Amino acid sequence: MIRRQRTAAGVLALLAALTAGLAAPVPAAADETAQPAPKVELVLDVSGSMRTRDIDGGTRMAAAKQAFNEVLDATPEEVQLGIRTLGANYRGDDRRTGCQDTEQLYPVGPLDRTGAKTAVATLQPTGWTPIGPAIQKAAADLGGGDGTRRIVLISDGEDTCQPLDPCEVAREIAAKGIGLTIDTLGLVPDAKTRDQLSCIADATGGTYTSVQHKEELSDRVGQLVDRAADPVVTPVAARGTAGCADAPALKSGLYTDRVDLGRERWYKVDVPAGRELRASVSVADDRAVTPNYGVLLRAVTTHGREIVRGESSGTGRTDVASTGLRYPRPESDDDNAPAETVCLQVTDSFSAAPGVKTTPGLPLELTVDVVSGTHQASDVASFGLGRGWWLLGVLVLAGFLAGLIWGWLSRWRVAVWRTN
Amino acid sequence: MRTVRTLGAALLLIGLAAAPAAADSTPSPGASGDTKAPTRAGTSFRTATELDQGQRATASGSTGDYLYWSFPADTGQRPTVEATVRLPRAHGAQTWQLDVYDGLRRRQACQYGAATRAAGQDTSSVALTCVLRTVRGWSEPWANDPLPGTYYVRLTVVDLPPADLGLPVRTEVRVGSKDVGGPAAVDGSLGKPLVPGIATRRSSGSDDTASDSGGARSAVLSAIEPDDGWSSGWWSDRWVWTAVGGLLAALAGIGGYALTRGAGRPSRVPPGV
Repeated sequence: MIRRQRTAAGVLALLAALTAGLAAPVPAAADETAQPAPKVELVLDVSGSMRTRDIDGGTRMAAAKQAFNEVLDATPEEVQLGIRTLGANYRGDDRRTGCQDTEQLYPVGPLDRTGAKTAVATLQPTGWTPIGPAIQKAAADLGGGDGTRRIVLISDGEDTCQPLDPCEVAREIAAKGIGLTIDTLGLVPDAKTRDQLSCIADATGGTYTSVQHKEELSDRVGQLVDRAADPVVTPVAARGTAGCADAPALKSGLYTDRVDLGRERWYKVDVPAGRELRASVSVADDRAVTPNYGVLLRAVTTHGREIVRGESSGTGRTDVASTGLRYPRPESDDDNAPAETVCLQVTDSFSAAPGVKTTPGLPLELTVDVVSGTHQASDVASFGLGRGWWLLGVLVLAGFLAGLIWGWLSRWRVAVWRTN
Repeated sequence: MRTVRTLGAALLLIGLAAAPAAADSTPSPGASGDTKAPTRAGTSFRTATELDQGQRATASGSTGDYLYWSFPADTGQRPTVEATVRLPRAHGAQTWQLDVYDGLRRRQACQYGAATRAAGQDTSSVALTCVLRTVRGWSEPWANDPLPGTYYVRLTVVDLPPADLGLPVRTEVRVGSKDVGGPAAVDGSLGKPLVPGIATRRSSGSDDTASDSGGARSAVLSAIEPDDGWSSGWWSDRWVWTAVGGLLAALAGIGGYALTRGAGRPSRVPPGV
């Protein structure tokens, strides 16, 4: 039965204090650790095209600088902010040199607003647009720590340093499972820029914004930096296997993995008697996929019998396909009844659009909760109680008839007694 | 005898009046009001912005973003999610969609309301509605019935011309609910509401108080709870109906008994005989 959580909190705290270290199940560590500092790196395109005067009458560079100033003022205290530029230094025509032109303007760390602003003020639109290498370096800048990590990429043109596809770079970074999100902003973008930037964003679960006006830019960048400051549970990396026998055993918590398109992943969870297993899974499509998709989550016994499944399918544009299941185990009379091992199988039926790479697999997010069990229903209605006019009618009729019969019976009894 | 009849009639009337009144009462107009209404939206289940019933959440985003909010729904409530999207001045034909997922991330069907709507080139806003099924206290694990716990709202554009991707939009979401009460009161109850991550949250009992006093927000998957806590699932107006029914049956029984006895002592018999 669901108790009022607040009243129960005190009791629980006491219980937790008493039983600490004895029998408390260890939750996935990430959920409860003190929130590490969120890190954000702003990556700004300082290529020659930023000179174009088409944002509210000013140059793109001027708009970006103004936005940076506003964002630096409004950055929450706890956020560690860094700034990286691309195409800021090399003016020449040598492609190889131009494509390595990315520099950390301001290191990721506690923010010195004045210092950062001064650094931004010196920027002059100059060179090439090496987006791919810039993202790689930015990811390295943010390396280490368990906090939220975000790259905000502001660019006005597509990458000029092929064949290194920035979209592939982004997907590789995401595949490392370090929980890094890349949000992209296109300044007055053309179709190619838009496709490339939105591909980068999709690959890492970020967002893409097209900017036409100055205030849109500062609003959006500010919003993204604020978003990074929100505490978020960081998932723990798990590695599912192809079968149940050697599957990793999971406890309550949030996990992440990769599942190949159309393949399956297995995990194991121990469920004691009288407890309920709840699992939900989301498979994100981080690349172009065909518009019909599905995901299936099955709970299977170690002998291969299916207990319960959750399935969902859909069509059209989507970020994730998700489903869940719950499996309440009945109470056992035997206090020492062993926990049942339940295998969880995750399969997806995404298929990649033609010409799209299928490796690495799609990012998968798995939530596992083992909570106190349900109180089984013994009737359809609450406590078997009745309701409605038919109930009243039947009860009144039955009562009336009972009264009549009782009355007649007693009259008859009196009559019989008198005659005797 | 007359007094008994009057009493019976009065009780019947009370029964008539009380039971449906209890069933039709529509509370939950959002006691907390719009004071702290969120002004942003999350971008995934994990980062969904928490929203109380009755609050009007606003968020600015880009066309193509997947915007997430979450709200609590308790036993007996029938939630309604309404969303309005204000489109940019110039845009192509777009289709917007509102999806609702439960605490297990299972998609929940809308009973009625336009959850998907197309917007032509000259429309400035799209209004979407989704009326969910009534939240039950318990269901079999194989069923997809809505259960008390966290609900996720996802608002996104599902069909758009490529040129519209990333254009700024303003969105507004409101969740209300109708209290269905007794008719939806089922037997059985969940051990814990369907709140993701609730197992890890509870195992470190003192966490709530620490975050309250220290002001530091610690990350949980969902910290959502209705204003007056989760209901125990024990009370429903079925108790009133059944009790009134029993009472009426007893009165009808007395009535039936009295009928067989006649109207007491015949009036023509003089007293003292």
